[in-house]
Amino acid sequence: MNPLQQLIAFVTIVTKEITRFLRIWQQTLVPPAISTLLYFVIFGSLIGKRIGQMDGFNYMDFLVPGLILMSVINASYQNVVGSFFGAKWGKSIEELLVSPTPIVIILLAYITGGVARGALVGLIVTGVSLFFSDLQIHSLPVLFSIVILTAILFSLGGLMNAIFAKTFDDVSIIPTFVLLPLTYLGGVFYSIHLLPDFWQQVSMANPILYMVNAFRFGFLGISDVSLLVSYGMILFFIACLSIASLYLLARSRGLRA
Amino acid sequence: MDYALRTHQLSKTYANGVTALKGVDLAVAQGDFYALLGPNGAGKSTVIGILCSLVNKTAGNVEIFGVDIDRDFARAKSFLGVVPQEFNFNIFETPLQIVRNQAGYYGINRQTALTQAEKYLKLLGLWDKRAERAGELSGGFKRRLMIARALVHEPRLLILDEPTAGVDIEIRRSMWDFLRQINSAGTTIILTTHYLEEAESLCRNIGIINQGTLVENTSMRTLLRQLNVETFVLDLEQPLTVVPASLAHNTHMVDPTTLEIAIDRDDNLNHVYAMLSAADIKVRSMRNKANRLEQLFINLVGQAPGNSK
Repeated sequence: MNPLQQLIAFVTIVTKEITRFLRIWQQTLVPPAISTLLYFVIFGSLIGKRIGQMDGFNYMDFLVPGLILMSVINASYQNVVGSFFGAKWGKSIEELLVSPTPIVIILLAYITGGVARGALVGLIVTGVSLFFSDLQIHSLPVLFSIVILTAILFSLGGLMNAIFAKTFDDVSIIPTFVLLPLTYLGGVFYSIHLLPDFWQQVSMANPILYMVNAFRFGFLGISDVSLLVSYGMILFFIACLSIASLYLLARSRGLRA
Repeated sequence: MDYALRTHQLSKTYANGVTALKGVDLAVAQGDFYALLGPNGAGKSTVIGILCSLVNKTAGNVEIFGVDIDRDFARAKSFLGVVPQEFNFNIFETPLQIVRNQAGYYGINRQTALTQAEKYLKLLGLWDKRAERAGELSGGFKRRLMIARALVHEPRLLILDEPTAGVDIEIRRSMWDFLRQINSAGTTIILTTHYLEEAESLCRNIGIINQGTLVENTSMRTLLRQLNVETFVLDLEQPLTVVPASLAHNTHMVDPTTLEIAIDRDDNLNHVYAMLSAADIKVRSMRNKANRLEQLFINLVGQAPGNSK
């Protein structure tokens, strides 16, 4: 395939992916809006008033960036794992495998689909948060870049999960037992300065902590960790998962006999 | 001769240790309509899987229109259209989306893809159903959808793995006509089928695989010539009590009004009719007991074709 044909194949897959999650918007776009609305009401409005300030900001303002990024993480991950595993399970992935589309294009297209859903859900949740908080923006480039990089990283994670998954149960194991604890312990709801030293050090091993803090920096201008280290960590994980995904796809792990 | 497909010593051993192919040498000429037959588990689907990259070969070479798949599989795949045995499209998408997207995966721009999708959906009688969910189509329409999808990029080699399985005879016949048309327009076709009548009617050349080995690879005519005896079933006007002595050596009475008569290839029907007339037996109708290819198939693979895959 020449580069133009590869671009056409890429656009075809991305369009298909976006069409898919828009077609089932009740399952893909509405639930994150409702769940974050509940977070805002319960943790922000009701409990948040009793918590008072966190790192110099009222608790609702502190909470908003983390919740937005949490929805981006879940949406991008769920999009790729659901779509890719669904295609594998229903065998429609064979449509792509028998075609001359290179695996790198397949990878990029699925990741772009995940980023699109992650970004759209992030926008929706940001819209919901405006009912509860007067959002200030400290750095738009940081906000934009962290959302995109985080969505890329978790789209890659979703793809890896889908490649290894053999049943629908396998698809839910990682989000439940890995993603959820890492997100909840990743500084979405609190500053790690509240933790004893030992647990602060343990938290530093959680990659989501860096994303949440960098994103919070984009809104509030505060972060528990260095912005540079955050970008470094995210890019490092993206590089690792990209190489692993390409390797697995090239080896046809779980796709070819 | 120019070949659409050549395999040399193609072998496959699966991870569980099962050897599905043991050095298969296939050669399919450009423009051919080729039948690939064999019983269940013989290795046909493995061959097809390797050709379309769904199965990784263990050893051997494959060339598609002279392109070695080990050197440039993407280019080799661009020549191929595949209609698999099982439905493998997204049941939530519409036929138009499925066929148009498939064109996109081959690098065909959206406008041309739409034109091509319309052409093949119309040719296969699916245009009126283009906006329905694919999962809600009947079995026959699903099969046709997979053919339209395989053809949308106008491949030079079309591989059909049991394309008429489970469809009624009317749709099957219309599919046969369609396949003959595209073959006569220059598309090489490789067909596997349960229906040996289908292979005999459509294909010019034939390969038979058994236990991972190619046991026959010749023209349909040459193969059918190997058949020395044909059995005919005669429906009689009047019931018989006993088979006349002149016919006893090659005739079996199924019931009082039905005879089965085996005729050597060197013999002729006039001779048989003369003996029947001499015995004052009037025949109302006559038919072949079995499909000729079916008999050969049984001889070659040593099992009932009902098990064929």
